[in-house]
Amino acid sequence: MNADATAHGTNTLRNAGIPLQLDWFETIAVNTPAAERRAATLTTRRSVKKEWQAAWLVNAIRCMDLTTLAGDDTEDRVRRLCAKARRPLADHIMEGLGLDRLMTGAVCVYPTMVGAAARALEGSGIPVASVATGFPAGLMPLDLRLAEIRYALDQGADEIDIVITRAHVLDGNWSALYEEIAAMREACGAAHMKAILATGDLKTLRNVYKASMVAMQAGADFIKTSTGKEGVNATLPVSLVMVRALRDYSHETGYRIGFKPAGGMKTAKDAIAWQILMKEELGNPWLSPALFRLGASSMLGDIERQLDHHVTGRYAASSRHALA
Amino acid sequence: MPSVTEILETMDYGPAPEASGEVRAWLKARGTFGHFIDGAFTKPGKTFATADPATGEVLAKVAAGSVKDVAEAVKAARAAQPGWGRLSGHERAKWLYALARHIQKRERFLAVLETLDNGKPIRESRDIDVPLAARHFYHHAGWAEMLAEEFPGASPVGVCGQIIPWNFPLLMLAWKIAPALAAGNTVVLKPAEYTPLTALAFAEICAEVGLPKGVVNIVTGDGETGAALVAAEVDKIAFTGSTEVGRAIRKATAGTGKALTLELGGKSPFVVFADADLDAAVEGVVDAIWFNQGQVCCAGSRILVQEAVAATFQNRLKARLGKLRVGDPLDKSTDVGAIVDPVQLTRIRDLVAKGEAQGAKLHQAAAQLPAKGCYFAPGFFTDVAPANIVSEAEIFGPVATLTTFRTPDEALALANNTRYGLAASIWSENINLALDVAAKVKAGVVWVNSTNVFDAGAGFGGYRESGFGREGGREGMREYLAEPTPRARAEVAAVALDAAPVPAAPSKGAAPIDRTAKMYVGGAQKRPDSGYSYAVMAKGREIGLAGLGNRKDIRNAVEAAQKAGGWGKATGHNRAQVLYYLAENLSAREAEFTARLKEAGVTKAADEVAGTIRRAFYYAAQADKFDGAVHSTKSAHVTLAMPEAFGVMGIACPNDAPLLGFVSLVLPAIAMGNRVVAVPSQSMPLAATDLYQVFDTSDLPGGVVNIVTGPRDDLARTLAQHDDVAAMWYCGGAEGARMVQAESAGNLKVTWTLANRDWHGPDGQGRGFLTRATQVKNIWIPYGE
Repeated sequence: MNADATAHGTNTLRNAGIPLQLDWFETIAVNTPAAERRAATLTTRRSVKKEWQAAWLVNAIRCMDLTTLAGDDTEDRVRRLCAKARRPLADHIMEGLGLDRLMTGAVCVYPTMVGAAARALEGSGIPVASVATGFPAGLMPLDLRLAEIRYALDQGADEIDIVITRAHVLDGNWSALYEEIAAMREACGAAHMKAILATGDLKTLRNVYKASMVAMQAGADFIKTSTGKEGVNATLPVSLVMVRALRDYSHETGYRIGFKPAGGMKTAKDAIAWQILMKEELGNPWLSPALFRLGASSMLGDIERQLDHHVTGRYAASSRHALA
Repeated sequence: MPSVTEILETMDYGPAPEASGEVRAWLKARGTFGHFIDGAFTKPGKTFATADPATGEVLAKVAAGSVKDVAEAVKAARAAQPGWGRLSGHERAKWLYALARHIQKRERFLAVLETLDNGKPIRESRDIDVPLAARHFYHHAGWAEMLAEEFPGASPVGVCGQIIPWNFPLLMLAWKIAPALAAGNTVVLKPAEYTPLTALAFAEICAEVGLPKGVVNIVTGDGETGAALVAAEVDKIAFTGSTEVGRAIRKATAGTGKALTLELGGKSPFVVFADADLDAAVEGVVDAIWFNQGQVCCAGSRILVQEAVAATFQNRLKARLGKLRVGDPLDKSTDVGAIVDPVQLTRIRDLVAKGEAQGAKLHQAAAQLPAKGCYFAPGFFTDVAPANIVSEAEIFGPVATLTTFRTPDEALALANNTRYGLAASIWSENINLALDVAAKVKAGVVWVNSTNVFDAGAGFGGYRESGFGREGGREGMREYLAEPTPRARAEVAAVALDAAPVPAAPSKGAAPIDRTAKMYVGGAQKRPDSGYSYAVMAKGREIGLAGLGNRKDIRNAVEAAQKAGGWGKATGHNRAQVLYYLAENLSAREAEFTARLKEAGVTKAADEVAGTIRRAFYYAAQADKFDGAVHSTKSAHVTLAMPEAFGVMGIACPNDAPLLGFVSLVLPAIAMGNRVVAVPSQSMPLAATDLYQVFDTSDLPGGVVNIVTGPRDDLARTLAQHDDVAAMWYCGGAEGARMVQAESAGNLKVTWTLANRDWHGPDGQGRGFLTRATQVKNIWIPYGE
């Protein structure tokens, strides 16, 4: 078993971004009913059962950015989360699955919690991801948002989840959006940058495609759906459009971009659904943490219950599993 | 079984088989099935095997229906019909509701059985076939409930013989049985020989709910059993299947008085414009031709892509093809299952090989096919010349053709370059373009930015050689109802035509100026091709000469009518204006027309002219009011049911009522936008030829009405045989009606044969004429941003 973050194909070349190319997206056609239909049938066309289902759920764990982004987060709370990231499944489940090592893809926290997380994860190899740039709304002066990135990096963050200024998308101000994200990417330095598009605020799938393309052109390593704070968070139709944008960008530039759905995904069923999307629309490389992350908090608990059932044949109670 | 660790390396889906134990136990318990006749299963005589195409394993033996079996089933249906038809709509609704509920309660049983017998993926039988079948019974429980209110005066057709195909066995059964029962008919249904099992399971469900005996009868068998059913004493035949068999049924039922609906083959265009969501369109292809192994009559099998995006589209299509999973139909992750039978597999292979031999390039999925079973790797052709066999022939397998076009006009020309007209799929984000093409494409069902969307609330059925009649919705209900038949009125037989001069007594007064009645073709008066005229006689006296029309005159008239296509595009208001103006101009010459009819010995001459003027007013009134409907189907879909003109219609008029009979048939046809080639009263054609000047002064565009005088039944035969005439009305005797129906089989034109009637009374006009002058096109437009 090799559950390292680099188990599958990785970016051989990190996305360096390219100058803003309006003609790659300005006239994009996205038919919403058709996207919804495709999204709805993805999970009715594919099914994973038995050992395969167990393996796919384990894979979801290793692609998971185990997250806490709440106003009442404390360092103790973060430490508890990190313990779960290090040891996401109970021993008897690990044994039953024949696994000796498993950890989540990352832990994702607010900037002021990065220090605590980095200490708690020391030596584990689990990266710390920090939200930044005025999360979740992003409505702060750009210099402060960039300073926040530098703070998080200074605290030990390995990955930065930035938020975009939604107004730039709603106004069609693509150069402003491009410049903002490019500046953030520069501030991130070696740390991988995930661009949160807050698709629930962008409303239309065309906007989602356009914002995705601008973020990638500006150098995003990952594009991410949501902060978890919008009215609507990760949905399959939105994800479908984002991964198609990602495919198109890769086709044009050769860079592989990662995808992170986040918010609202709570069940093991969701974990399977998004993996089916990645496999069908992109392929196996996008089932590895290098190119795919699930931003979730309560999903792990449901996966653990399902895997417990797989191993024991008995339905599990969450009270018997360690809290995240 | 690989370990979790190993699977983590491959991230394969692994097997996900649907359990089939319950269904196999049922098959084992039954073993051999008889027919379901008069509420019970018969003792099977001669039987044949039905097999699982995925494995070749025999699933059951079923009875091979004989002429005698069919006769017994029809007898049972006949006996049951009066009682069933007399039930209140509410009572029948309760039975249909029970059938709907039981299909739902047996949903997985039926889905698994369907997949075993047919080879289609369990995803499709589970998510599409069975839910749609249940929906059809629910929807028609509603029609039964509302029948008296919604179709006042209509009565059941009687006993319906129904023959269904093997591609959607249970769903096609539902499409046939639900409306028939709702309308008060009883049925004898023959399922396809490859796939009889869900029909037999349905028979058990009928018995389970306690449906009165004889209302539903199922006779299994092959084409011979089907032919026996067509020949049996039934009142209607409803057939879904190949155009070839449909043609044979048209001929076999000609002149029998049996009502007929045909849902036949197709080679439906799938048009992708440059501004389309290409990913959506690629996914559309998956749902079109790679759905149900391509064994779909309305499959978008001709992909037409605008040149500007052709390369991108083709690359994405190939990538998507590579993702298809072909294999075990019972596996929940299978996209493409087994072809229904080795015979069909051979047919697909032969056609595909011929297509390649004729120069087309085949792109096929690299899918690993199972070692045994009827499998064909899905794919598509490029470099397909229009004359290549795969451009024209319905492959009925998972292989489409892909060709390019430059402009919307060219797309339409290519889309309509087919003898079929079942469905079309149009992909564009420009609503103006999409709706323009939707209106102009010759197809009974048009899907905008979608494909293969079905619902019981919408009509389904084809144009051209894809058949006639609709299934689903209000238009589908009409096919199972009979309107009150007007009382037939005997008419004087037409006298034999004589091209010889008729000497009369020398005139005593001044010579009148001779009047000349020619043919009326393309808005101009033309001499008959034959160069002969015949005498129009009244009271033993020649009152004039009429051109002796022949097949070439018909040819010319049809050509002129084809050229007058602008009439169909005119607004109803424009057409109404012309019809009102026609009434106005006729009114100014009322005395002259009355005198002419009197001269011809017409008894109620003044009434006939006044009636003609009123008729023009009536159809002028209807021209902009006989409109369609917006069906209530799926959420976030607009489903438009639009009555459309056929195009060019042939009309053979009664000998009786030479003016009023003529206009009673011609005016409703043109009011709806058709162009007409009419053969007027053989004995008194001058009443119609006198109208030329009225037409000319009424702004009626040339070619909208064309008139060929002469031997009615000979000319009607030429019209019925003409492949560029889309519909034909014939008012005359039984033998002529039989001839017209039989000859219409060539291009499967829609026919209406009617007996002469009292044209002065209420039977002489009405919406029924307009219904007959139109075909319903259903346009599906999903919406949402």
